[in-house]
Amino acid sequence: MEPFTTLRSRLVPLPHDNVDTDQIIPARFLKGTDKTGLGQALFADWRVDEAGRPRPDFPLNRPEFAGAKVLLAGDNFGCGSSREHAPWALLAYGFRAVISTSFADIFRNNALKNGLLPVVVDPETLQALFAAVAADPTVEVQVDLARQTLRLPNGREVTFPIEPFAKRLLLEGKDELEYLLSLAPAIQEYEATHPVWVRTV
Amino acid sequence: MSHPPSPRARTLFEKIWDAHVVVERPGEPAVLYIDLHLLHEVTSPQAFALLRERRLRVRRPDRTLATVDHSVPTLHRDRPIADPQAAAQVEQLVRNCREFGVPCFGMDHPQQGIVHVIGPELGLTQPGMTIVCGDSHTATHGAFGALAFGIGSSEVAHVLATQCLLQHKPRTFEVRLEGSLGPGVTAKDVILAFIARFGTGVGTGCVFEYTGPVVRSLSMEGRMTLCNMSIEAGARAGLVAPDDVTFAYLADRPHAPKGRAWDEALAFWRTLPTDPGASYDRSVTLDVTGLEPMVTYGTNPGMAIPITGRVPDPQALPDPAQRRALEKALQYMGLQPGQPLLGHPVDVVFIGSCTNGRLSDLREAARLLRGRRIKPGVRALAVPGSQEVKRQAEAEGLDRIFRDAGFEWREPGCSMCIGMNGDQLEPGQVCVSTSNRNFEGRQGKGGRTLLASPLTAAASALAGAVADPRPFLDG
Repeated sequence: MEPFTTLRSRLVPLPHDNVDTDQIIPARFLKGTDKTGLGQALFADWRVDEAGRPRPDFPLNRPEFAGAKVLLAGDNFGCGSSREHAPWALLAYGFRAVISTSFADIFRNNALKNGLLPVVVDPETLQALFAAVAADPTVEVQVDLARQTLRLPNGREVTFPIEPFAKRLLLEGKDELEYLLSLAPAIQEYEATHPVWVRTV
Repeated sequence: MSHPPSPRARTLFEKIWDAHVVVERPGEPAVLYIDLHLLHEVTSPQAFALLRERRLRVRRPDRTLATVDHSVPTLHRDRPIADPQAAAQVEQLVRNCREFGVPCFGMDHPQQGIVHVIGPELGLTQPGMTIVCGDSHTATHGAFGALAFGIGSSEVAHVLATQCLLQHKPRTFEVRLEGSLGPGVTAKDVILAFIARFGTGVGTGCVFEYTGPVVRSLSMEGRMTLCNMSIEAGARAGLVAPDDVTFAYLADRPHAPKGRAWDEALAFWRTLPTDPGASYDRSVTLDVTGLEPMVTYGTNPGMAIPITGRVPDPQALPDPAQRRALEKALQYMGLQPGQPLLGHPVDVVFIGSCTNGRLSDLREAARLLRGRRIKPGVRALAVPGSQEVKRQAEAEGLDRIFRDAGFEWREPGCSMCIGMNGDQLEPGQVCVSTSNRNFEGRQGKGGRTLLASPLTAAASALAGAVADPRPFLDG
């Protein structure tokens, strides 16, 4: 996983609440057994019309937002299915952070495990950001994970919450698996003292 | 007079959580032990790939079970899968399980089925356990008083390799259901009403516990329907305290404890319900007295109304963001503000899924369909949740009732709930569906999903339009 430290980027506005993972990546793109092609499938049904042409009004298709690494989205982003394909697709497309007022639990967990930073801000800040991008699509934000700050286009800084453990792993670009594997003795001890009720084999 | 210090009163959730914490260090998430790990073909291949890359094995194959459900066709199971991608995905699961020693129910296995249907029916899902699966509807298993939740593929790899997960302790949230249900009103209607009232994000960061007289009156199947859709309200897990209904369901299931082990298990299970005096971080109450069958009109499960109601008007909403969301949803659904849903023409009816694909769901629908024919032109699918459900339904003659009514009787799988296996809507088609999600394109690109109970789905198939099941139940 690529470490996440600081990020300076323009924003792609997606002013909808409850953006579900079926929109982020429709189920028909989940039939692969690896992660190839997911970036092209991001928001497929919102990006492309019935005839396969890009919808010119969809933010990801607008030239002024090309190359932006931060997605600005409405409340409860990533609700629905547990598919980790959602953060994989966002990352493959080029996003490194999503700003919203809240994230669905499973999406949030999946995002953190892949180096996609969920940045939670208050509703006023979110509205101010949407307004700033509407007024000038070239405005930028700056994310500093170590300080847990988001610098808004007007220079004001807001802080965002993140669990210390997840923060450390993101800063170091490490995943949880190494940590869990290092706990093997404790897991063994737990298993030795907890009888098995159920066996699948 | 002094009393000996009594143990702190705890909720059902806290008892299960406490019993499964392996390590807890300050500033770090808890390491939670997982008793049962369920796998399917869509979210596991990347996890097995990670194991291979790190040269790891599956720590506890005996606590792991795989089945195929999402991508499998529900027709012509004797032939190879026509879709090469789906065929490769199913084959990959079988190969991964063979390589890592994990038991796997392939396409032709007599116990194959939707992962959340087979766990309970095999008796693998038991009170007090922790259960995970790379699938958000893992919440279903909470009906037994098990802490069960969906995880991503990275976490699937973590559990395969270590049988543990790193977890921040969620908050507890009591959903108290008061009153009693009228005829023709089911668990599905209760959960749709709850989400409509409290919102799709109300449970974020929380585990629900459903309490009160309504839950006690529900069958295990109804409790599973209730818990299944906890995630649609944002909660990763929903719980129901185990009781005699739970124990009667579990007795004699293939994996349920037997003899003396059963007595021991039962004694343990009886200690699980929330202690008197224990408190939840949050509690809400919903009185279901007078509740009508519910149906969704929009593009998230919270957009639901009583079946005799009218589609809401965006202009009546004070918040501009909510107004835009409703306008967008109605445009997608092809519905007008203020119109009734009753009588709205329906192209497709789907009865199945981990929400409503169990035997009792098929029985309910069949009760209404017996001796009747669906409206010509309506395409209707009945998809049993598992091979076991299908066998039992056929033994009772339900398949004949469905077929005689004009339904297609299919092989088990997720089918049109997620539309990955070819069972899907055409753009613009309207489907009354017993599944769990009405998101844009969920049942096929451009498809329009109206979520409802099996009774409402069956009534709508007969009428060829959204219909109230209650008049069909008279006489």
